Amino acid sequence: MRKKVIFRGVTLPYLLLAPQLLITLVFFFWPAGMAVWQSTLREDAFGLSTEFVAFENFTDLFRDPIYLNAAWNTVVFSSAVTALALGSALFLAVQADKHIRGARVYKTLLIWPYAVAPALAAVLWLFIFHPSIGLVGKALAVIGVEWDFRLNGGQAMTMVIIAAAWKQVSYNFIFFLAGLQSIPTSVLEAAAIDGARPIRRFWTVIFPLLSPTAFFLLVVNLVYAFFDTFGVIHALTRGGPGNATETLIYKVYVDGVQNLNFGSSAAQSVILMVIVIGLTAVQFRFIERRVHY
Amino acid sequence: MSATIDVQRLAAASRRRRARERVMTHAALILGVMIFALPIWITLIGSTHDTDTIGRGDVPLLPGSEAFNNYARAWSEGGGGRNTFSVPASTMLLNSLTMALIIAGGKIAISLLSAFAVVFFAFPFRMFFFWMIFITLMLPVEVRIIPTFQVMTDLALINTMTGLTLPLIASATATLLFRQFFLTIPDEYVEAAKVDGAGPMRFFKDVVLPLSVTSMAALFVIQFIYGWNQYLWPLLMVSDRDLETVIVGLTKMIGIGDAQNEWNLIMTTAVFALLPPVLVVVLMQRWFIKGLTETEK
Repeated sequence: MRKKVIFRGVTLPYLLLAPQLLITLVFFFWPAGMAVWQSTLREDAFGLSTEFVAFENFTDLFRDPIYLNAAWNTVVFSSAVTALALGSALFLAVQADKHIRGARVYKTLLIWPYAVAPALAAVLWLFIFHPSIGLVGKALAVIGVEWDFRLNGGQAMTMVIIAAAWKQVSYNFIFFLAGLQSIPTSVLEAAAIDGARPIRRFWTVIFPLLSPTAFFLLVVNLVYAFFDTFGVIHALTRGGPGNATETLIYKVYVDGVQNLNFGSSAAQSVILMVIVIGLTAVQFRFIERRVHY
Repeated sequence: MSATIDVQRLAAASRRRRARERVMTHAALILGVMIFALPIWITLIGSTHDTDTIGRGDVPLLPGSEAFNNYARAWSEGGGGRNTFSVPASTMLLNSLTMALIIAGGKIAISLLSAFAVVFFAFPFRMFFFWMIFITLMLPVEVRIIPTFQVMTDLALINTMTGLTLPLIASATATLLFRQFFLTIPDEYVEAAKVDGAGPMRFFKDVVLPLSVTSMAALFVIQFIYGWNQYLWPLLMVSDRDLETVIVGLTKMIGIGDAQNEWNLIMTTAVFALLPPVLVVVLMQRWFIKGLTETEK
């Protein structure tokens, strides 16, 4: 789609585009290109010489048990965060969509966590699950659970999942609620007249109509869990204990910023870029379809 | 006779069922609200007690008497880990506010201009440039940490507000949103402007800008929160504590040895860090929902 009536002039549009393009080139394309180039290089231990190693950084990564562990952690973490955040948001949205008193108040009280930074969400949950000062942390000790997420990898993973999912529920809630409100009441009334009970009505009528929203949110949540949760992990566990909560994003940071292993960090960046490109492509292909839906 | 009784009984049963459903709905929503509010409640309460009460692990559930002291100290001195340099919350909040405003304002300004160019002009490589902006969606900072850091070092932008904000100003989502909106502006408006002899910039100022106010407000809410909540980027770019932002500064207050943490001041700073973006969402709720559901399409 484009305008039929347009302004003439060639210099002006380039001038208008210049600021955006300059920032894009200098801070996006140039570093991305460097990442690809560096991923084929290797520095010696003293940083004195660099040699071209083609794909060796990549093949090394896929043989490295620590990298494979980070990949597995990412899968566990992302699927748990996505399932938890989508499930509870859908449940709450269905409740809030009913004609009840105070629906607006509930809505306001459920959307504000969107504004909380992932790292800040981590700090808030730390106050609750801290083994010596936290409400739940201490209660768990009283009932005999040896709770210390700083020592136990499984517990650490549970913590980062809760903090990351908690923050994302309100985003999903807003979209599910908008989706529910766009379902025509006539469809729901027809189902009710046919005698379908609420739960059956939900699975046979409402849920199929919501599935485009659900699929869109699935992709958005995966992207969030992959890339936006660095703050949660950095603030809560630093990838530990051991490497129990080290995800792919966290490992790029550790290898690049702390271990100064540039070749490997660049190779990991390239792998992540491929993943983002894949997820974004899926998201946009699907949205094209949703427009015609 | 018996038929009417049946009808009454059925009606009563269905009324009871509906009442039961209503109670369940409220119960579920209240539980949800409480799960969201619990961490905030604990934090608010924690910010009103002294260090020792929290450090002992008494986990207070009701407000204490130290609120004024805590907030005054966190605001003007800072604190937290006793063995680290402390940065006053007022400094960190000012840095976060400056960063968030520059990012939100900058994104809106340059995206308005580029969307205007793409929609209202015909020039060589128009779509090529449009796709170039679009592709930045696929290159978040998180996936190219080291090379971006090297570029920033080469440009001497480490530890500057420019370095903290400029690279985050490029915005594919804002450009897409404005482009979509501009496409709905009727061609007649452009024709009328041309007949009146108005140039493109005059048209931009007198027609496009006033029409875009709603979209700009909606985008502002989303981008302000995006800017305020930045974590990895300031963590990499800033080591100078005068430039510390509040989200990163807060996590730095939590030391390794937890006995030394001044939890009351950490919780107070958490409240400070939380308040501005939450207020923006709650007070600008209508713009917020519009911005969120429209930018993500």
